Amino acid sequence: MAYLVLDQLTKRFGNWTAVDNVSLTVEKGELISLLGPSGCGKTTTLQMIAGFLDADGGRVMLDGQDLLAKKPNERGLGIVFQSYALFPHMTAAENVAFGLEMRRIARADRDRMVADALKLVGLEQYGDRHPRRMSGGQQQRVALARALVIKPSLLLLDEPLSNLDAKMREEMQIELRRIQRTVGTTMILVTHDQSEAMALSDRVVVMNKGRIQQVATPQEAYDHPANAFVANFLGRTNLLPGMVGGGAGGTVITVADSVWPVAQPMAAGPGALAVRPEKIGFVDAGGLSGTVLARVFQGTQWLFEIETAAGRLMVIRQHDGSPLPAERERVMVGWRADDMAVMPADREAA
Amino acid sequence: MSMAASTESQVQATAANPSTHAPPPRRPRRWPWTPYLLSAPGLALFAVLLLVPLVMTFLLSLNSFSFYGGIENVWQIGNYADIIADSYFHEVFLRTFRIAAVVTLLCALFGAPEAYILRRMKSPWRGLCLLIVLGPLLISVVSRTLGWALLFGSTGLVNQGLMGLGLIATPIEFMYTETGVIIALTHVLVPFMVLSVWASLQRLDPQVENAALSLGAGPLTVMRRVVLPQIVPGILSGSIIVFALAASAFATPAIIGGRRLKVAATLAYDEFLNTLNWPLGATVAVLLLIANVVIIVGCNRLVERRYKQVFE
Repeated sequence: MAYLVLDQLTKRFGNWTAVDNVSLTVEKGELISLLGPSGCGKTTTLQMIAGFLDADGGRVMLDGQDLLAKKPNERGLGIVFQSYALFPHMTAAENVAFGLEMRRIARADRDRMVADALKLVGLEQYGDRHPRRMSGGQQQRVALARALVIKPSLLLLDEPLSNLDAKMREEMQIELRRIQRTVGTTMILVTHDQSEAMALSDRVVVMNKGRIQQVATPQEAYDHPANAFVANFLGRTNLLPGMVGGGAGGTVITVADSVWPVAQPMAAGPGALAVRPEKIGFVDAGGLSGTVLARVFQGTQWLFEIETAAGRLMVIRQHDGSPLPAERERVMVGWRADDMAVMPADREAA
Repeated sequence: MSMAASTESQVQATAANPSTHAPPPRRPRRWPWTPYLLSAPGLALFAVLLLVPLVMTFLLSLNSFSFYGGIENVWQIGNYADIIADSYFHEVFLRTFRIAAVVTLLCALFGAPEAYILRRMKSPWRGLCLLIVLGPLLISVVSRTLGWALLFGSTGLVNQGLMGLGLIATPIEFMYTETGVIIALTHVLVPFMVLSVWASLQRLDPQVENAALSLGAGPLTVMRRVVLPQIVPGILSGSIIVFALAASAFATPAIIGGRRLKVAATLAYDEFLNTLNWPLGATVAVLLLIANVVIIVGCNRLVERRYKQVFE
């Protein structure tokens, strides 16, 4: 049975719809990311679950209870804010203890739980420090401990790693994953960083303009994007215009001088083909012909830009010693039919 | 350009500006007193307009005065001894600081919530309400105080309104009482508190309140445990301004309090202009300044120690 259910959740600001009929189910213990560019409605969705914004329509059910009927301070959710939102006048331990105090937990139990929570995030030595005397990463950990110590039924993370530097961010990603495995709390992570979402989540929810574009595991969304927006947003992709039509062996899509089989049933007409740069290889026949415009050495890999009749393509090849074409050379590129995604052309505008 | 010309121009440039051509880029040697020169105009203004009059006032307070001889240029501390010994002066100073303390307290009680509410208001109303709050500062002190005098009289609007509502049977004495002075001073000084609390609210992360809510704190607990401790610096700096201004206020106590209800500022004024006892007036002024500084610095220390973490 689904643990958290968002049912046609809607929020409007004036005549602008920030969140448009968002429906989603989350299983207990799952880490799910709301991923999208800024203004896609992911933070608004989170704020409605947290109760800081009132929904204009729809329902949120958590473990069978209507969440929207409760006040924000009665929902029992843990939240980690982008700015951490620590209480600057309290020490790390006092920050963590705040939620327990509100629950009127006895002093001795409280101290023990605070110590456990600080230990979980690796800050057992820092209980007496004030947030201002801590680094960004440490503040982040305090915020996490503060949200986890109340044993929340749901942990909401609002861009938790965006204020950290790159190295710290990677460390915290591993840390978050470890903690999630240890405590098993259901988590919703809001982020605009696709690599963060893919590294951390069991499933990603790609959002754009207030609507859900795709809900899938990170690998599924990456390999088989539902539409052009998802294909473009999750990593680099080549989007080639083509024409879908019925062939001898089933549906095919024609891109310039090449023809590719389409697995799923599709109506004939203009379409688009998405294929990742690292999935494209140089072939002898049966591919798309073009000319190498440029090649750039990037250490572990080579980056090629290829001019074809269907537009420019980006190709990434591993630097493994195999012979690679030179600039201005005529080449033919190809890919496995499993590695591409075909979508109707009109969705490209999304 | 020929070689010779180029060398010549180089020589010229070197002569004109030796520092640009020195082999390692050496900065021109600085006068050690450049900073002092740069701040000299400000310091001069400060000295001439504030320091000199203060010193002169202090020196004047050491002179003596007699009705027939006028001011005598002697150096003694008789004036201070007189004030310290006389219970009349005790009463005036006590009243001054009692009024200032109550006004400060009222300003904090009204100003801090006012600033908080203002911050949460939406766009057109916020500007309008801020204008209303700052209004008293835009009106001349005399017309504002006379306005209060009109409202306060025994047949004034306030008393007639209260009696009309049946809340009181006989008019409340506002004129020539501390109550009246306190109300009028609070009215004009509240904006200073609002502005200074406002400034400290600006630094408050709005998510901090949400964080406290999410941890299960009710709105009142959020206010008491999270918001209030963080705006203490604002309340304190507002209190310092309000206290200093209330303790040295002249026009409002003079008009609402009249000649009977003396405070330190009106006392000094009367000594100077009515009794013509300038040394005694100067002594009152100096004592008012010292007491103000001692009280403000003392309270400041106390609160800063209590809320050490917020001030860092």
